[in-house]
Amino acid sequence: MTDLFSKFDALIAQREGLLATGVTDPFGLVMERVISPTVAVCNGRETILLGTYNYMGMTFDPDVIAAGKQALDDFGSGTTGSRVLNGTYAGHRAVEQALKEFYGMDHAMVFSTGYQANLGIISTIAGKGDYIVLDIDSHASIWDGCKMGDAEVVPFKHNDIEAMEKRLKRIPEGAGKLVILEGVYSMLGDIAPLKEMIRIAKEHGAMVLVDEAHSMGFIGPNGRGVAEDQGVLDQVDFVIGTFSKSVGTVGGFCVSNHPKFEIMRLVCRPYVFTASLPPSVVATAATSIRKLMHGADKRAHLWENSRTLHKGLRDLGFQLGTAEPQSAIIAVIMPDLERGAGMWEALLHEGLYVNLARPPATPAGMTLLRCSLCAEHSAEQVQTIIGMFARAGKAAGIL
Amino acid sequence: MDRAATVDRIAALIAPFNKKGVAITEASTFAGDLEFDSLTVMDFVAAIEDEFDIIISMNQQAEIETYGQLIDAVVKLQG
Repeated sequence: MTDLFSKFDALIAQREGLLATGVTDPFGLVMERVISPTVAVCNGRETILLGTYNYMGMTFDPDVIAAGKQALDDFGSGTTGSRVLNGTYAGHRAVEQALKEFYGMDHAMVFSTGYQANLGIISTIAGKGDYIVLDIDSHASIWDGCKMGDAEVVPFKHNDIEAMEKRLKRIPEGAGKLVILEGVYSMLGDIAPLKEMIRIAKEHGAMVLVDEAHSMGFIGPNGRGVAEDQGVLDQVDFVIGTFSKSVGTVGGFCVSNHPKFEIMRLVCRPYVFTASLPPSVVATAATSIRKLMHGADKRAHLWENSRTLHKGLRDLGFQLGTAEPQSAIIAVIMPDLERGAGMWEALLHEGLYVNLARPPATPAGMTLLRCSLCAEHSAEQVQTIIGMFARAGKAAGIL
Repeated sequence: MDRAATVDRIAALIAPFNKKGVAITEASTFAGDLEFDSLTVMDFVAAIEDEFDIIISMNQQAEIETYGQLIDAVVKLQG
């Protein structure tokens, strides 16, 4: 018998080698208690959270919590059904209405996760004979959506406008084209030159899908994302987003002005063949989205936090993913996985949690300590974090 | 496009990517013999695409394992 698990042997050996050095398993952390959007108890000690994507800190908002509790009482713990059968409750319609108003778009479709939103929309709209042109650093859910569909998949170098245009030019005449971009790329926290890229995509007759998972709520005049910030949201055919970051719960969505968009509810398999979100989740999401429409003060504080941390870490001598802060993600580049894991553990001992990101999730084989800021981090907490990085950097031999 | 001319142009393109100086035959595999990782594959494919003004989609790349198969694919894609 061939052991089907033998293909994982190299990874198993690498993992065993890493743990044999005595480092804490960076992928086995448990949050024993969560005190606020920015503080949890891990391994019995209070830890500042700097790797949650909880950008707007909505997870403990009193109105959001109250809406969830009310929905649990009124509608029960789950729907036990597909959106197209018994799984559409008043709350699902209400959260889609909130999304339509948030983005100023005609249609909104809610999925059970952000992953499924990309998987479903991409695999359904780009079929056999169509071409998908996408950034090589796209999120796993975008790649999986491509793999699940039957379109020809053509990647281009990250944020390279010319490389994208060359590929669009070479697509056979008459073929359907979908260009897939992200507003913020989550590994390095850099943004895309959407204005220029979308203009070129449209010139070549392509439809455009933009994943704005890491920008919702705080980039753009109304928090609609990078496309709004660059003045091209009206040129985007499909915006993909998530409830698991700024919105503070779980779920995914697509908003669109396409006149035929509603047919997606019948033809999109990751929408049809799965249970819908629980009533409490859609109630918390709808409440949170409506509050995000009026979150200007929180937004300003989040940007202040991002700028302060970026400057603090750069001044300490860390190598960062971007020269200037472009989003609420600040990626600290580690020399290799071993020292990255050592630094991650040193930070945890200081009382700070960040994400350790490694290949294949990262570009160019990099190991990253990815920090995501929250609007609820106080200015004092950010200074504490910079001090923790300074001590841990010396202890781990990075500085 | 005749095959011999394509062979010469691809041979010139692959040289800078063949960092270990492996002796390349048409049976050489990219993943095994040439030890190309995914980043090298991306850069090499982009160089080929630009040289011949063609698209080699990910779907087509999945079918190309050897140097000879790449030459055949490029000849075919040039029509």
